Amino acid sequence: MEPVEIERIEVNLLLEAIFQRYGYDFRDYARASIERRLSQFLKDSGIADLSTVTSQLLRDPAFFHRLVPYFSVSVTSLFRDPPFYKALREKVVPMLRTWPRFKVWHAGCATGEEVYSVAIVLREAGLLDRAMLYGTDISQPALDTAKAGIYPLEILKQGSANYQKSGGTGSLSDHYHAKYDVAVMNAALVKQITIARHNLAMDKSFGEVQMVVCRNVLIYFNQDLQNLVLKLFLDSLDHGGFLCLGDKESLSFSAVEHAFVAVDEKARIYKKRVM
Amino acid sequence: MEPFADTAAAPTVRAVVIGGSAGSTEVNRTILRGLSAAFPAPIVVVLHMHPEDGGLMASNLAAILAIPVVEAADKMPALCGRVHVAPAGYHLLVERHGTLALSVDEEVRWSRPSIDVCFDCAAKAWGSGLVAVLLSGANDDGADGLVQVLRRGGRAYVQDPATAAFPFMPTAALAATSLQRGHSPVELADLLLRIEVGAGHA
Ligand SMILES: C[S@@+](CC[C@H](N)C(=O)[O-])C[C@H]1O[C@@H](n2cnc3c(N)ncnc32)[C@H](O)[C@@H]1O
Repeated sequence: MEPVEIERIEVNLLLEAIFQRYGYDFRDYARASIERRLSQFLKDSGIADLSTVTSQLLRDPAFFHRLVPYFSVSVTSLFRDPPFYKALREKVVPMLRTWPRFKVWHAGCATGEEVYSVAIVLREAGLLDRAMLYGTDISQPALDTAKAGIYPLEILKQGSANYQKSGGTGSLSDHYHAKYDVAVMNAALVKQITIARHNLAMDKSFGEVQMVVCRNVLIYFNQDLQNLVLKLFLDSLDHGGFLCLGDKESLSFSAVEHAFVAVDEKARIYKKRVM
Repeated sequence: MEPFADTAAAPTVRAVVIGGSAGSTEVNRTILRGLSAAFPAPIVVVLHMHPEDGGLMASNLAAILAIPVVEAADKMPALCGRVHVAPAGYHLLVERHGTLALSVDEEVRWSRPSIDVCFDCAAKAWGSGLVAVLLSGANDDGADGLVQVLRRGGRAYVQDPATAAFPFMPTAALAATSLQRGHSPVELADLLLRIEVGAGHA
Protein backbone atom coordinates (compact mmCIF):
# COMPACT_ATOMS: atom_id res chain seq x y z
CA MET A 1 0.00 0.00 0.00
CA GLU A 2 1.25 3.49 -0.88
CA PRO A 3 2.23 5.75 2.04
CA VAL A 4 -0.42 8.22 0.93
CA GLU A 5 -3.10 5.54 1.39
CA ILE A 6 -1.84 4.79 4.88
CA GLU A 7 -1.96 8.49 5.72
CA ARG A 8 -5.57 8.55 4.58
CA ILE A 9 -6.46 5.73 6.92
CA GLU A 10 -4.78 7.63 9.73
CA VAL A 11 -6.87 10.72 8.97
CA ASN A 12 -10.07 8.66 8.98
CA LEU A 13 -9.19 7.09 12.31
CA LEU A 14 -8.27 10.43 13.85
CA LEU A 15 -11.54 12.09 12.78
CA GLU A 16 -13.51 9.10 14.01
CA ALA A 17 -11.69 9.27 17.36
CA ILE A 18 -12.48 12.97 17.73
CA PHE A 19 -16.13 12.30 16.94
CA GLN A 20 -16.53 9.37 19.31
CA ARG A 21 -14.53 10.91 22.13
CA TYR A 22 -15.51 14.59 21.97
CA GLY A 23 -18.58 14.72 19.73
CA TYR A 24 -17.09 17.13 17.18
CA ASP A 25 -17.88 15.88 13.70
CA PHE A 26 -15.26 16.75 11.11
CA ARG A 27 -15.69 13.51 9.19
CA ASP A 28 -17.43 15.14 6.24
CA TYR A 29 -15.10 18.08 5.89
CA ALA A 30 -13.21 18.48 2.59
CA ARG A 31 -10.19 16.27 3.10
CA ALA A 32 -7.41 18.09 1.27
CA SER A 33 -7.76 21.12 3.51
CA ILE A 34 -8.05 19.03 6.70
CA GLU A 35 -4.95 17.05 5.73
CA ARG A 36 -2.96 20.21 5.20
CA ARG A 37 -3.90 21.56 8.60
CA LEU A 38 -3.14 18.26 10.30
CA SER A 39 0.33 18.25 8.69
CA GLN A 40 0.77 21.76 10.03
CA PHE A 41 -0.18 20.53 13.51
CA LEU A 42 2.35 17.70 13.22
CA LYS A 43 5.03 20.17 12.21
CA ASP A 44 4.18 22.68 14.95
CA SER A 45 4.05 20.08 17.70
CA GLY A 46 6.98 17.97 16.52
CA ILE A 47 4.94 14.76 16.38
CA ALA A 48 5.91 12.18 13.77
CA ASP A 49 2.56 10.78 12.66
CA LEU A 50 -1.20 11.08 13.05
CA SER A 51 -1.60 7.74 14.82
CA THR A 52 0.36 9.19 17.71
CA VAL A 53 -1.93 12.24 17.72
CA THR A 54 -5.00 9.97 17.78
CA SER A 55 -3.71 7.96 20.68
CA GLN A 56 -2.84 11.07 22.64
CA LEU A 57 -6.07 12.98 22.04
CA LEU A 58 -8.15 10.00 23.15
CA ARG A 59 -6.57 10.23 26.59
CA ASP A 60 -5.72 13.90 27.00
CA PRO A 61 -8.47 16.56 26.55
CA ALA A 62 -5.94 19.38 26.99
CA PHE A 63 -4.00 18.02 24.03
CA PHE A 64 -7.22 17.81 21.99
CA HIS A 65 -7.99 21.44 22.74
CA ARG A 66 -4.63 22.43 21.32
CA LEU A 67 -5.59 20.66 18.10
CA VAL A 68 -9.13 22.11 17.75
CA PRO A 69 -8.11 25.57 16.47
CA TYR A 70 -6.45 23.87 13.49
CA PHE A 71 -9.90 22.80 12.29
CA SER A 72 -11.27 26.31 12.23
CA VAL A 73 -10.07 28.75 9.60
CA SER A 74 -11.50 32.06 10.69
CA VAL A 75 -9.87 34.20 8.01
CA THR A 76 -12.36 36.97 7.22
CA SER A 77 -12.56 40.71 6.54
CA LEU A 78 -14.90 43.69 6.50
CA PHE A 79 -16.86 44.02 3.25
CA ARG A 80 -15.08 40.97 1.83
CA ASP A 81 -15.95 40.78 -1.90
CA PRO A 82 -17.38 44.31 -2.32
CA PRO A 83 -19.58 43.29 -5.31
CA PHE A 84 -21.58 41.10 -2.93
CA TYR A 85 -22.35 44.06 -0.67
CA LYS A 86 -23.16 46.21 -3.67
CA ALA A 87 -25.70 43.64 -4.86
CA LEU A 88 -27.05 43.44 -1.34
CA ARG A 89 -27.61 47.21 -1.27
CA GLU A 90 -29.15 47.34 -4.73
CA LYS A 91 -31.15 44.14 -5.02
CA VAL A 92 -31.92 42.79 -1.55
CA VAL A 93 -32.42 45.91 0.58
CA PRO A 94 -35.44 47.09 -1.45
CA MET A 95 -37.12 43.73 -0.83
CA LEU A 96 -36.21 43.67 2.87
CA ARG A 97 -37.96 47.01 3.16
CA THR A 98 -41.29 45.26 2.64
CA TRP A 99 -40.87 43.30 5.89
CA PRO A 100 -41.78 45.07 9.16
CA ARG A 101 -39.17 42.96 11.01
CA PHE A 102 -36.64 40.43 9.85
CA LYS A 103 -33.90 38.13 11.08
CA VAL A 104 -30.53 37.54 9.44
CA TRP A 105 -28.48 34.46 10.30
CA HIS A 106 -24.74 34.56 9.62
CA ALA A 107 -23.69 30.91 9.79
CA GLY A 108 -19.92 30.56 10.19
CA CYS A 109 -19.42 34.24 11.00
CA ALA A 110 -15.86 33.77 12.34
CA THR A 111 -14.76 36.94 14.15
CA GLY A 112 -17.86 38.85 13.06
CA GLU A 113 -16.63 41.28 10.39
CA GLU A 114 -19.27 39.99 7.97
CA VAL A 115 -22.08 40.54 10.50
CA TYR A 116 -20.98 44.12 11.14
CA SER A 117 -20.65 44.76 7.40
CA VAL A 118 -24.24 43.67 6.76
CA ALA A 119 -25.42 45.61 9.82
CA ILE A 120 -23.73 48.71 8.39
CA VAL A 121 -25.50 48.23 5.05
CA LEU A 122 -28.82 47.93 6.90
CA ARG A 123 -28.07 50.96 9.04
CA GLU A 124 -27.32 53.08 5.99
CA ALA A 125 -30.60 51.91 4.46
CA GLY A 126 -32.46 52.90 7.63
CA LEU A 127 -33.46 49.28 8.28
CA LEU A 128 -31.25 48.41 11.21
CA ASP A 129 -33.86 48.78 13.94
CA ARG A 130 -36.15 46.34 12.14
CA ALA A 131 -33.41 43.73 11.96
CA MET A 132 -32.02 41.14 14.33
CA LEU A 133 -28.69 39.71 13.23
CA TYR A 134 -27.45 36.38 14.56
CA GLY A 135 -23.82 35.39 14.16
CA THR A 136 -22.94 31.75 14.81
CA ASP A 137 -19.77 29.68 14.53
CA ILE A 138 -18.08 26.66 16.13
CA SER A 139 -15.01 28.59 17.19
CA GLN A 140 -15.45 30.12 20.66
CA PRO A 141 -12.41 32.42 20.45
CA ALA A 142 -13.72 33.79 17.14
CA LEU A 143 -17.18 34.31 18.68
CA ASP A 144 -15.68 36.17 21.64
CA THR A 145 -14.13 38.69 19.23
CA ALA A 146 -17.40 38.97 17.29
CA LYS A 147 -19.34 39.63 20.47
CA ALA A 148 -16.97 42.32 21.74
CA GLY A 149 -17.13 44.21 18.43
CA ILE A 150 -13.66 45.58 18.98
CA TYR A 151 -11.06 45.25 16.22
CA PRO A 152 -7.54 46.47 15.61
CA LEU A 153 -7.77 49.86 13.91
CA GLU A 154 -5.71 48.41 11.02
CA ILE A 155 -8.63 46.17 10.04
CA LEU A 156 -10.98 49.13 9.74
CA LYS A 157 -8.51 51.03 7.61
CA GLN A 158 -8.25 48.09 5.22
CA GLY A 159 -12.03 47.67 5.29
CA SER A 160 -12.56 51.27 4.28
CA ALA A 161 -11.50 50.74 0.65
CA ASN A 162 -13.83 47.75 0.36
CA TYR A 163 -16.63 49.75 1.98
CA GLN A 164 -16.27 52.41 -0.72
CA LYS A 165 -16.25 49.80 -3.49
CA SER A 166 -19.40 48.26 -2.04
CA GLY A 167 -21.25 51.48 -2.77
CA GLY A 168 -20.97 52.96 0.71
CA THR A 169 -22.21 56.53 0.59
CA GLY A 170 -20.78 57.79 3.86
CA SER A 171 -17.59 56.81 5.60
CA LEU A 172 -16.83 53.58 7.41
CA SER A 173 -15.75 55.72 10.36
CA ASP A 174 -19.41 56.68 10.84
CA HIS A 175 -19.83 53.21 12.27
CA TYR A 176 -17.06 52.91 14.84
CA HIS A 177 -15.00 55.09 17.09
CA ALA A 178 -11.26 54.83 17.36
CA LYS A 179 -9.71 54.44 20.79
CA TYR A 180 -5.93 54.29 20.76
CA ASP A 181 -5.18 51.47 18.30
CA VAL A 182 -8.56 49.76 18.36
CA ALA A 183 -11.92 50.44 16.77
CA VAL A 184 -15.07 49.98 18.82
CA MET A 185 -18.10 49.22 16.66
CA ASN A 186 -21.04 51.61 17.10
CA ALA A 187 -23.45 50.63 19.88
CA ALA A 188 -26.41 50.85 17.49
CA LEU A 189 -24.88 47.98 15.51
CA VAL A 190 -23.90 45.92 18.54
CA LYS A 191 -27.42 46.23 19.98
CA GLN A 192 -28.99 44.38 17.04
CA ILE A 193 -26.43 41.56 16.96
CA THR A 194 -26.61 38.29 18.90
CA ILE A 195 -23.62 35.97 18.89
CA ALA A 196 -24.04 32.27 19.68
CA ARG A 197 -22.36 28.95 19.21
CA HIS A 198 -23.84 26.67 16.60
CA ASN A 199 -22.36 23.71 14.78
CA LEU A 200 -23.68 23.37 11.24
CA ALA A 201 -22.58 19.75 11.04
CA MET A 202 -24.55 18.67 14.09
CA ASP A 203 -27.04 21.20 15.43
CA LYS A 204 -30.67 21.66 14.44
CA SER A 205 -32.31 24.62 12.76
CA PHE A 206 -31.84 27.99 14.30
CA GLY A 207 -35.50 29.02 14.03
CA GLU A 208 -37.18 30.90 11.21
CA VAL A 209 -35.14 33.64 9.53
CA GLN A 210 -35.60 35.86 6.49
CA MET A 211 -31.99 35.79 5.35
CA VAL A 212 -29.12 33.35 5.71
CA VAL A 213 -25.58 34.51 5.03
CA CYS A 214 -23.14 31.60 4.88
CA ARG A 215 -20.04 32.60 3.00
CA ASN A 216 -16.77 30.68 2.60
CA VAL A 217 -17.90 27.91 4.91
CA LEU A 218 -19.40 25.36 2.49
CA ILE A 219 -16.11 25.06 0.57
CA TYR A 220 -14.72 23.38 3.69
CA PHE A 221 -17.37 20.64 3.56
CA ASN A 222 -17.72 17.66 1.25
CA GLN A 223 -20.75 17.41 -1.03
CA ASP A 224 -22.83 15.35 1.42
CA LEU A 225 -22.35 17.80 4.26
CA GLN A 226 -22.91 20.74 1.92
CA ASN A 227 -26.28 19.33 0.93
CA LEU A 228 -27.21 18.62 4.53
CA VAL A 229 -26.39 22.19 5.56
CA LEU A 230 -28.16 23.68 2.52
CA LYS A 231 -31.23 21.66 3.50
CA LEU A 232 -30.97 23.13 7.00
CA PHE A 233 -30.91 26.64 5.50
CA LEU A 234 -33.87 25.84 3.27
CA ASP A 235 -35.88 24.66 6.28
CA SER A 236 -34.86 27.71 8.33
CA LEU A 237 -35.79 30.26 5.66
CA ASP A 238 -39.11 31.99 5.40
CA HIS A 239 -40.74 31.81 1.94
CA GLY A 240 -39.17 34.50 -0.21
CA GLY A 241 -36.18 34.62 2.15
CA PHE A 242 -32.63 35.11 0.93
CA LEU A 243 -29.61 32.85 0.91
CA CYS A 244 -26.15 34.39 0.38
CA LEU A 245 -23.13 32.23 -0.36
CA GLY A 246 -19.43 32.93 -0.87
CA ASP A 247 -17.95 34.13 -4.14
CA LYS A 248 -16.86 30.60 -5.15
CA GLU A 249 -19.88 28.75 -3.80
CA SER A 250 -22.99 28.06 -5.82
CA LEU A 251 -26.33 26.32 -5.60
CA SER A 252 -25.87 24.82 -9.05
CA PHE A 253 -25.81 21.02 -8.85
CA SER A 254 -26.77 21.08 -5.16
CA ALA A 255 -29.70 19.13 -3.77
CA VAL A 256 -31.70 22.32 -3.07
CA GLU A 257 -31.05 24.08 -6.38
CA HIS A 258 -34.70 23.93 -7.44
CA ALA A 259 -36.03 25.39 -4.21
CA PHE A 260 -34.33 28.72 -4.96
CA VAL A 261 -34.15 31.30 -7.73
CA ALA A 262 -31.08 33.42 -8.32
CA VAL A 263 -31.41 37.10 -7.42
CA ASP A 264 -27.85 37.69 -8.59
CA GLU A 265 -25.91 34.57 -9.60
CA LYS A 266 -22.55 36.34 -9.72
CA ALA A 267 -23.00 37.77 -6.23
CA ARG A 268 -24.29 34.34 -5.10
CA ILE A 269 -27.57 35.71 -3.78
CA TYR A 270 -30.61 33.41 -4.00
CA LYS A 271 -34.24 33.66 -2.97
CA LYS A 272 -36.33 30.82 -1.63
CA ARG A 273 -39.25 30.11 -3.93
CA VAL A 274 -42.69 30.85 -2.59
CA MET A 275 -44.45 27.49 -2.72
CA MET B 1 18.27 18.35 -27.76
CA GLU B 2 17.46 15.51 -25.38
CA PRO B 3 16.92 17.01 -21.97
CA PHE B 4 14.51 14.34 -20.79
CA ALA B 5 16.40 11.18 -21.67
CA ASP B 6 15.68 9.79 -18.22
CA THR B 7 11.94 9.84 -18.78
CA ALA B 8 11.79 6.94 -21.21
CA ALA B 9 10.53 4.50 -18.59
CA ALA B 10 8.61 7.11 -16.62
CA PRO B 11 5.02 6.36 -15.54
CA THR B 12 2.05 7.65 -17.52
CA VAL B 13 1.39 11.30 -16.89
CA ARG B 14 -1.80 11.66 -14.83
CA ALA B 15 -1.65 15.45 -14.41
CA VAL B 16 0.48 18.51 -15.05
CA VAL B 17 0.75 21.40 -12.58
CA ILE B 18 2.35 24.70 -13.48
CA GLY B 19 3.30 27.39 -10.98
CA GLY B 20 4.75 30.85 -11.41
CA SER B 21 4.76 34.42 -10.22
CA ALA B 22 6.29 37.65 -11.52
CA GLY B 23 7.34 37.27 -15.14
CA SER B 24 5.53 33.97 -15.67
CA THR B 25 2.45 35.02 -17.65
CA GLU B 26 4.19 35.03 -21.02
CA VAL B 27 6.22 31.88 -20.41
CA ASN B 28 3.09 30.08 -19.30
CA ARG B 29 1.42 31.02 -22.59
CA THR B 30 4.44 29.88 -24.54
CA ILE B 31 4.51 26.45 -23.00
CA LEU B 32 0.75 25.88 -23.37
CA ARG B 33 0.36 27.31 -26.85
CA GLY B 34 1.10 24.08 -28.75
CA LEU B 35 -1.41 21.95 -26.86
CA SER B 36 -4.92 20.87 -27.82
CA ALA B 37 -8.02 19.30 -26.29
CA ALA B 38 -6.36 15.94 -27.01
CA PHE B 39 -3.88 16.51 -24.18
CA PRO B 40 -4.11 13.22 -22.25
CA ALA B 41 -4.12 14.66 -18.71
CA PRO B 42 -5.56 17.60 -16.77
CA ILE B 43 -3.39 20.73 -16.50
CA VAL B 44 -3.60 22.91 -13.39
CA VAL B 45 -2.11 26.41 -13.41
CA VAL B 46 -1.35 28.44 -10.28
CA LEU B 47 0.06 31.88 -10.97
CA HIS B 48 0.24 34.67 -8.42
CA MET B 49 -2.04 37.46 -9.61
CA HIS B 50 -3.81 40.58 -8.54
CA PRO B 51 -6.37 39.75 -5.82
CA GLU B 52 -9.10 41.38 -7.88
CA ASP B 53 -8.30 39.56 -11.09
CA GLY B 54 -11.98 38.64 -11.40
CA GLY B 55 -11.36 35.66 -13.66
CA LEU B 56 -9.45 37.73 -16.21
CA MET B 57 -6.39 35.47 -16.20
CA ALA B 58 -8.46 32.45 -17.21
CA SER B 59 -10.43 34.27 -19.90
CA ASN B 60 -7.30 35.88 -21.37
CA LEU B 61 -5.65 32.51 -21.54
CA ALA B 62 -8.75 30.92 -23.06
CA ALA B 63 -8.73 33.55 -25.80
CA ILE B 64 -5.30 32.58 -27.12
CA LEU B 65 -5.00 28.83 -26.48
CA ALA B 66 -6.31 25.92 -28.49
CA ILE B 67 -6.64 23.73 -25.42
CA PRO B 68 -9.83 24.64 -23.47
CA VAL B 69 -9.29 26.77 -20.34
CA VAL B 70 -11.57 27.10 -17.32
CA GLU B 71 -11.27 28.88 -14.00
CA ALA B 72 -10.98 26.20 -11.33
CA ALA B 73 -14.06 25.87 -9.13
CA ASP B 74 -14.64 24.10 -5.84
CA LYS B 75 -15.50 20.38 -6.29
CA MET B 76 -14.81 20.58 -10.02
CA PRO B 77 -13.29 17.38 -11.42
CA ALA B 78 -9.95 18.04 -13.13
CA LEU B 79 -10.49 16.90 -16.71
CA CYS B 80 -8.07 15.66 -19.34
CA GLY B 81 -7.43 18.03 -22.22
CA ARG B 82 -8.30 21.07 -20.17
CA VAL B 83 -6.39 23.82 -18.37
CA HIS B 84 -7.73 24.71 -14.91
CA VAL B 85 -6.61 28.12 -13.64
CA ALA B 86 -6.57 28.87 -9.90
CA PRO B 87 -8.80 31.88 -9.13
CA ALA B 88 -7.34 34.92 -7.36
CA GLY B 89 -7.70 35.01 -3.58
CA TYR B 90 -8.17 31.25 -3.05
CA HIS B 91 -5.87 28.34 -2.49
CA LEU B 92 -6.35 25.58 -5.04
CA LEU B 93 -6.23 22.11 -3.53
CA VAL B 94 -6.66 18.68 -5.06
CA GLU B 95 -8.68 15.91 -3.45
CA ARG B 96 -7.97 12.26 -4.05
CA HIS B 97 -9.32 11.09 -7.43
CA GLY B 98 -8.36 14.49 -8.81
CA THR B 99 -11.26 16.69 -7.74
CA LEU B 100 -10.30 20.35 -7.30
CA ALA B 101 -11.09 22.24 -4.11
CA LEU B 102 -10.77 25.86 -3.02
CA SER B 103 -10.02 27.33 0.39
CA VAL B 104 -9.57 30.72 1.99
CA ASP B 105 -7.03 29.50 4.53
CA GLU B 106 -4.32 31.95 5.55
CA GLU B 107 -1.91 33.08 2.88
CA VAL B 108 1.23 30.96 2.63
CA ARG B 109 4.39 32.99 2.03
CA TRP B 110 2.15 36.00 1.45
CA SER B 111 0.46 34.19 -1.41
CA ARG B 112 -3.05 32.95 -2.07
CA PRO B 113 -3.17 30.98 -4.27
CA SER B 114 0.00 29.38 -2.98
CA ILE B 115 2.01 27.21 -5.36
CA ASP B 116 3.33 25.14 -2.45
CA VAL B 117 -0.19 24.30 -1.28
CA CYS B 118 -1.32 23.23 -4.75
CA PHE B 119 1.82 21.22 -5.60
CA ASP B 120 1.71 19.46 -2.24
CA CYS B 121 -1.93 18.34 -2.69
CA ALA B 122 -1.35 17.46 -6.34
CA ALA B 123 1.62 15.29 -5.32
CA LYS B 124 -0.60 13.40 -2.89
CA ALA B 125 -3.41 12.98 -5.42
CA TRP B 126 -1.37 12.05 -8.49
CA GLY B 127 1.87 10.69 -7.01
CA SER B 128 4.34 9.41 -9.57
CA GLY B 129 1.97 10.41 -12.39
CA LEU B 130 2.49 14.10 -11.69
CA VAL B 131 4.59 16.45 -13.79
CA ALA B 132 5.25 19.79 -12.05
CA VAL B 133 6.68 22.86 -13.76
CA LEU B 134 7.86 25.97 -11.91
CA LEU B 135 8.40 29.22 -13.80
CA SER B 136 9.73 32.72 -13.21
CA GLY B 137 8.97 34.51 -9.93
CA ALA B 138 10.28 36.90 -7.32
CA ASN B 139 9.79 34.81 -4.16
CA ASP B 140 10.45 31.24 -3.08
CA ASP B 141 6.90 29.85 -3.30
CA GLY B 142 6.93 26.50 -5.11
CA ALA B 143 10.27 25.22 -3.82
CA ASP B 144 8.72 23.23 -0.95
CA GLY B 145 5.99 22.08 -3.30
CA LEU B 146 8.51 20.64 -5.74
CA VAL B 147 10.25 18.83 -2.89
CA GLN B 148 6.93 17.14 -2.11
CA VAL B 149 6.33 16.29 -5.77
CA LEU B 150 9.72 14.58 -5.98
CA ARG B 151 9.24 12.86 -2.62
CA ARG B 152 6.04 11.26 -3.92
CA GLY B 153 7.75 10.06 -7.09
CA GLY B 154 6.55 12.79 -9.46
CA ARG B 155 8.69 14.66 -11.97
CA ALA B 156 9.72 18.28 -11.52
CA TYR B 157 10.97 20.83 -14.05
CA VAL B 158 12.16 24.34 -13.33
CA GLN B 159 12.55 27.21 -15.76
CA ASP B 160 16.21 28.02 -16.32
CA PRO B 161 16.80 31.09 -14.11
CA ALA B 162 18.90 32.59 -16.91
CA THR B 163 15.78 32.69 -19.12
CA ALA B 164 13.46 33.98 -16.37
CA ALA B 165 12.47 37.64 -16.01
CA PHE B 166 12.57 37.04 -12.24
CA PRO B 167 15.07 34.27 -11.49
CA PHE B 168 14.53 34.13 -7.71
CA MET B 169 11.76 31.51 -7.74
CA PRO B 170 13.41 28.98 -10.07
CA THR B 171 16.77 29.52 -8.35
CA ALA B 172 15.25 28.80 -4.94
CA ALA B 173 13.60 25.67 -6.33
CA LEU B 174 16.84 24.37 -7.84
CA ALA B 175 18.58 24.97 -4.52
CA ALA B 176 15.86 23.19 -2.52
CA THR B 177 15.71 20.10 -4.71
CA SER B 178 18.09 17.60 -6.25
CA LEU B 179 17.33 18.95 -9.72
CA GLN B 180 20.48 19.43 -11.75
CA ARG B 181 19.43 22.25 -14.02
CA GLY B 182 16.67 24.44 -15.36
CA HIS B 183 15.01 24.33 -18.78
CA SER B 184 14.32 27.04 -21.33
CA PRO B 185 10.70 27.90 -22.17
CA VAL B 186 11.16 26.14 -25.52
CA GLU B 187 12.31 22.96 -23.80
CA LEU B 188 9.35 23.12 -21.42
CA ALA B 189 6.93 23.63 -24.31
CA ASP B 190 8.52 20.66 -26.02
CA LEU B 191 8.12 18.52 -22.91
CA LEU B 192 4.37 19.16 -22.76
CA LEU B 193 4.00 18.65 -26.49
CA ARG B 194 5.66 15.26 -26.20
CA ILE B 195 3.25 14.29 -23.44
CA GLU B 196 0.41 15.09 -25.83
CA VAL B 197 1.93 13.32 -28.81
CA GLY B 198 3.02 10.35 -26.75
CA ALA B 199 -0.48 10.11 -25.21
CA GLY B 200 0.77 10.46 -21.66
CA HIS B 201 4.33 9.28 -22.17
CA ALA B 202 6.85 12.11 -22.20
C1 LIG C 1 -13.30 31.25 6.30
S1 LIG C 1 -14.36 31.56 7.63
C2 LIG C 1 -15.65 32.50 6.85
C3 LIG C 1 -15.98 33.77 7.60
C4 LIG C 1 -16.97 34.70 6.92
N1 LIG C 1 -18.25 34.05 6.70
C5 LIG C 1 -16.40 35.24 5.63
O1 LIG C 1 -16.82 34.83 4.56
O2 LIG C 1 -15.52 36.08 5.69
C6 LIG C 1 -15.08 29.97 7.94
C7 LIG C 1 -15.74 29.85 9.32
O3 LIG C 1 -16.56 28.69 9.33
C8 LIG C 1 -16.54 28.16 10.62
N2 LIG C 1 -16.99 26.77 10.64
C9 LIG C 1 -16.34 25.67 10.22
N3 LIG C 1 -17.08 24.57 10.45
C10 LIG C 1 -18.24 24.99 11.01
C11 LIG C 1 -19.40 24.32 11.48
N4 LIG C 1 -19.51 23.00 11.42
N5 LIG C 1 -20.39 25.06 12.02
C12 LIG C 1 -20.29 26.40 12.10
N6 LIG C 1 -19.22 27.09 11.67
C13 LIG C 1 -18.19 26.39 11.14
C14 LIG C 1 -15.08 28.32 11.03
O4 LIG C 1 -14.93 28.25 12.44
C15 LIG C 1 -14.74 29.68 10.45
O5 LIG C 1 -14.91 30.70 11.39
